[in-house]
Amino acid sequence: MAKIIRKRVLIPERVTELTLEAPEIAAKARPGNFVILRVCKEGERFPLTIADTDVEAGTITIVYLVMGKSTAMLNCLEQGQEVLDLCGPLGQATDIHPVGTVICVGGGTGIAAMHHIAKGHALAGNRVISIIGARSADLLLFEEELKKFSHEVLVATDDGSKGVKGLVTQVLHDRLASDPEIKEVVAVGPVPMMRAVAEVTRSFGVKTVVSLNSIMVDGIGMCGACRVRVDNQTRFACVDGPEFDAHKVDFNELTMRLKSFVPQEKQSYTCYCECHEQKK
Amino acid sequence: MSKKNKIHPRVSMPMQDPQARRSTFSEVALGYTQEQAQAEARRCLQCKNPTCQSGCPVEVDCKTFIHHVAEGDFDAAYATIKNTNSLPAVCGRVCPQEKQCELRCKLAPTGQPVAIGRLERYVADTFYAANPCDAITGGEECRILNPDMRVACVGSGPSSLTAAGYLAAHGISVTVFEALHELGGVLTYGIPEFRLPKSIVHTEVEYLRQMGVEFKTNWVVGKIISVQDFFDQGYQAVFIGVGAGLPKFLGIEGENLLGVYSANEYLTRVNLMRGYKFPDMDTPVAAGRQVVVLGGGNVAMDAARTAVRLGADKVTIVYRRSKEEMPARLEELEHALEEGVHLENLVAPVAFTGNENGQLTSLTVQRMELGEPDASGRRRPVPVQSAFFEIPTDLAILGIGTGPNQVLLRETPALTLNKWGYIQANPETGETEIPMVFAGGDIVTGAATVVLAMGAGRRAAREIARRLGAL
Ligand SMILES: Cc1cc2nc3c(=O)[nH]c(=O)nc-3n(C[C@H](O)[C@H](O)[C@H](O)COP(=O)(O)OP(=O)(O)OC[C@H]3O[C@@H](n4cnc5c(N)ncnc54)[C@H](O)[C@@H]3O)c2cc1C
Ligand SMILES: Cc1cc2nc3c(=O)[nH]c(=O)nc-3n(C[C@H](O)[C@H](O)[C@H](O)COP(=O)(O)OP(=O)(O)OC[C@H]3O[C@@H](n4cnc5c(N)ncnc54)[C@H](O)[C@@H]3O)c2cc1C
Ligand code: SF4
Ligand code: SF4
Ligand code: FES
Repeated sequence: MAKIIRKRVLIPERVTELTLEAPEIAAKARPGNFVILRVCKEGERFPLTIADTDVEAGTITIVYLVMGKSTAMLNCLEQGQEVLDLCGPLGQATDIHPVGTVICVGGGTGIAAMHHIAKGHALAGNRVISIIGARSADLLLFEEELKKFSHEVLVATDDGSKGVKGLVTQVLHDRLASDPEIKEVVAVGPVPMMRAVAEVTRSFGVKTVVSLNSIMVDGIGMCGACRVRVDNQTRFACVDGPEFDAHKVDFNELTMRLKSFVPQEKQSYTCYCECHEQKK
Repeated sequence: MSKKNKIHPRVSMPMQDPQARRSTFSEVALGYTQEQAQAEARRCLQCKNPTCQSGCPVEVDCKTFIHHVAEGDFDAAYATIKNTNSLPAVCGRVCPQEKQCELRCKLAPTGQPVAIGRLERYVADTFYAANPCDAITGGEECRILNPDMRVACVGSGPSSLTAAGYLAAHGISVTVFEALHELGGVLTYGIPEFRLPKSIVHTEVEYLRQMGVEFKTNWVVGKIISVQDFFDQGYQAVFIGVGAGLPKFLGIEGENLLGVYSANEYLTRVNLMRGYKFPDMDTPVAAGRQVVVLGGGNVAMDAARTAVRLGADKVTIVYRRSKEEMPARLEELEHALEEGVHLENLVAPVAFTGNENGQLTSLTVQRMELGEPDASGRRRPVPVQSAFFEIPTDLAILGIGTGPNQVLLRETPALTLNKWGYIQANPETGETEIPMVFAGGDIVTGAATVVLAMGAGRRAAREIARRLGAL
């Protein structure tokens, strides 16, 4: 059981931030780690990245996009209520070393996960350039938080309502072309974005790390649901990752495997929404 | 009481009808009635030099407990079993008895050994209402646990549960740390409800809880707490029973197509997450129409029989050796066949093929024939040149073996591993290369059996109790 200490709606009906009481997890969590949650006893186990920790307060922060039933149920919980199961910190922590300048790219809800990694790089003494993108200005997350430790925060929106009109990859490309000091790129976001980032950085030969969001069950290496192909080898995202060398990831396979349960997910969510409507 | 001249056949086990059970997860073997149990117990010769006990990895005194059953003294029978076996309701159901106690029974040569497993199950099930402390310690009251003697058990499979029970019975405070949200290890996430009802595992865990054992779920040791942290927090010994849960894949083409699962994933979705009740339970599980299961052990049988229950039209087990060499418990194989599972022996998987959406459509296999015996004495299957064929399938389940669970091992480099990657532990005491850190069960032996894991848990616990001065 983990108590919700604070609930903050970042984008109404879409993205929420929860601060959970989890002193033992907070003490051990490193950037790149995630947790597995279960909201209620009928619920599934699903992963969310640890977006921040506060060791003194004994809390962790998660940020999620309401995608389907599990995230919608989580979104029904209010401050003071409890999440049934919270397991973590899981996965390998980001490999953070002092290297110089690092670009951290975040797209959509991935910005939250990227935030913890960017903060880690800043704490390690790296100069962090954050590039964040969303469809429009009101869907941007964590801009203020990132400004606290980033050397620069660059913004791209699809509709041009803030920053550059276009994709984060354009901003990234321009930066890599003009700044030879970039030693590493980290990207967290939707799969098409991460794939596009990998393509951009490949031509510059810059080391690039992406955080893969494959479907998980146990999250501790016992089922293989999360398997991904990296460098033509099968790896388990939950224990070998979730971060991998972007230039070696088989994004086609990842995209395909993410569709494993689409009809069932739809069924679950529709049932849930109908029943929710009736209750109202 | 023994009737040496006339051997009655074993009292058969009442079963659910094979057709009926194809669509339900409720237990297949229904259990003896009291009359049946006593009749079966009376078949025991009460040998002067009984050999049955030596066939049991935890040395259950079969002769004595069976005598008590025949006499109708079930309390005494239970006490006799519990003396060495802390999970009799589980063992009575899942032990490969035909290779253990019953193999050594003096009546085995007749083909009709005493049904020791079924009797053990009967006794355990009958006794469930009783006081847990009485059951485990043989005393009226639970031992008061000494707060200065603390042991951490990692994992909650049969090895850890046995260790925890033994330690608590000796007055030692125990905390069990389990990574998943439910307790029981493979008994919960692997072995299906129709073979081992989850209520039995819950009851066993509840007994331990009442004895004062503390349980922490969602604790992944190596992540949230390290083995060293336990000592820093005042635990004096650690028992590691994390099992062999890493699923193996074949490394053949098409293995990551949609519709190809490890047996662990398939069974976890169904058993731990109760996916068979989707959408009432949220975790989805693919219900294939034409299911192929690879492997020949208990895991493969469980996966195949689960697929039958989820409504498959056809379930085929593909195994590269012959039927006689399948390592599954005989009873499981028989039950699978009764339920309509097909066997395709002497074929080996070559590649999976899928459609444009990445959905599995078929498995290509190669015909094998038996060649010369290999190191294990079994005739080695050798491929028949260009004898390939395809099996259409939309759901393939790999039950081809598991390896050591990595999470704790990676974070605990001081542990010495053997050449297969399992933890090196002293066979007598279970102690690892790190002093006061013990290990047992599948993480030491590789995938084995429930009763062997329990034996290892018990040996380690006895040594821990001795070191802590509780014996
Ligand atoms: C390591 C990791 C970290 C993640 N971090 C975040 C995060 O910080 N914030 C966030 O909003 N999302 C994150 N995700 C994705 C998140 O887990 C899914 O959005 C969530 O499980 C969707 O569940 P649902 O029932 O609401 O939606 P569903 O309708 O069940 O699914 C929607 C889509 O989410 C994916 N998904 C479904 N079930 C799972 C599962 N058990 N595990 C993983 N993906 C699944 C599938 O692609 C599916 O099509 C992360 C995923 C991984 C693997
Ligand atoms: C499908 C299936 C069917 C089987 N059928 C039979 C049968 O009929 N008869 C029989 O005798 N045997 C059978 N077996 C084998 C038997 O179940 C195992 O040998 C036995 O369970 C091993 O016990 P264990 O205590 O070593 O570990 P397990 O039962 O494997 O339990 C290990 C536990 O440790 C947990 N864990 C792992 N890592 C960590 C960590 N880092 N921190 C905390 N917890 C952790 C796991 O989540 C798990 O709950 C079967 C196995 C399977 C998979
Ligand atoms: S524990 Fe298993 S092997 Fe031992 S007597 Fe019981 S059924 Fe037989
Ligand atoms: S060997 Fe068989 S017949 Fe003899 S005591 Fe044991 S169970 Fe009874
Ligand atoms: S989620 Fe099960 S192995 Fe990764």
